[in-house]
Amino acid sequence: MNSAARVRQDSDSRRHARFALRIEASEINTRSVVQSVCGRLRLAGVAPLRAGDIEIVLAEAINNVVEHAYGQSEPGPIHISCSLRNDRLDIRINDEGRPLPDERLPPGRVADVDVPLNDLPEGGFGWFLIRSLATEVRYDRCGTRNQLSLRFKV
Amino acid sequence: MELSSEDTAQARIITVHADRIDAAGAIEFKEKMRSAVDEGPERVVLDLTSVDFIDSSGLGAIVATMKMLGQGRRLDLAGLTPLVEKVFRLTRMDTIFRLYPDRETALAVTSE
Repeated sequence: MNSAARVRQDSDSRRHARFALRIEASEINTRSVVQSVCGRLRLAGVAPLRAGDIEIVLAEAINNVVEHAYGQSEPGPIHISCSLRNDRLDIRINDEGRPLPDERLPPGRVADVDVPLNDLPEGGFGWFLIRSLATEVRYDRCGTRNQLSLRFKV
Repeated sequence: MELSSEDTAQARIITVHADRIDAAGAIEFKEKMRSAVDEGPERVVLDLTSVDFIDSSGLGAIVATMKMLGQGRRLDLAGLTPLVEKVFRLTRMDTIFRLYPDRETALAVTSE
């Protein structure tokens, strides 16, 4: 994992951090990068509970890239950049994999759990969790790249 | 990922010795759960006290374990840490599983 990082906590406790990380798409690298990002955010002063929300969103978003954008082909790079300024955190995730279906964000509805035991969903929670926990979510297909922009009030 | 298992008069208690059940570990977790619940008591209590992070793959693996048990057996969950509890609550899986603050409370509940 390559990183270029600058984390600073001002003496007047305004929070400020900017850093970027790059991984090769895999589930185990997703785990490392998610832990690394959230560790840095905690150090920069993001409250542990909110850092937990961010950890869930990042894990879902990056795993989607691993499983779907690169799922059927050679794994490629995933770039994650974070910018924290006071109560606003912006995270961008870029990859060179396949686009989202119809090149737009899935609706991410809550899965129906009022069903017989054997019909209970074992997946399909990811986009719902992302939309529930992030403040704003935006997807752009830029040429051959996907960019997911996540904003959090922290 | 390590699991340990012990039987009481009323239940099999399976303890997860890992701090995350995520996409990188979900398949292994599901396979280990499959062996751990094999031919045990009707009720299984999964102790998640050590787990401080779960994602949708981990959640799916727990749901899959519940299905493996089938009708007549049951999976209850104990010791959910705040973030794990939040994932269950948001996805409404808290309405499917019985959640207990810890294994002692789970075991104090007699079969219903």
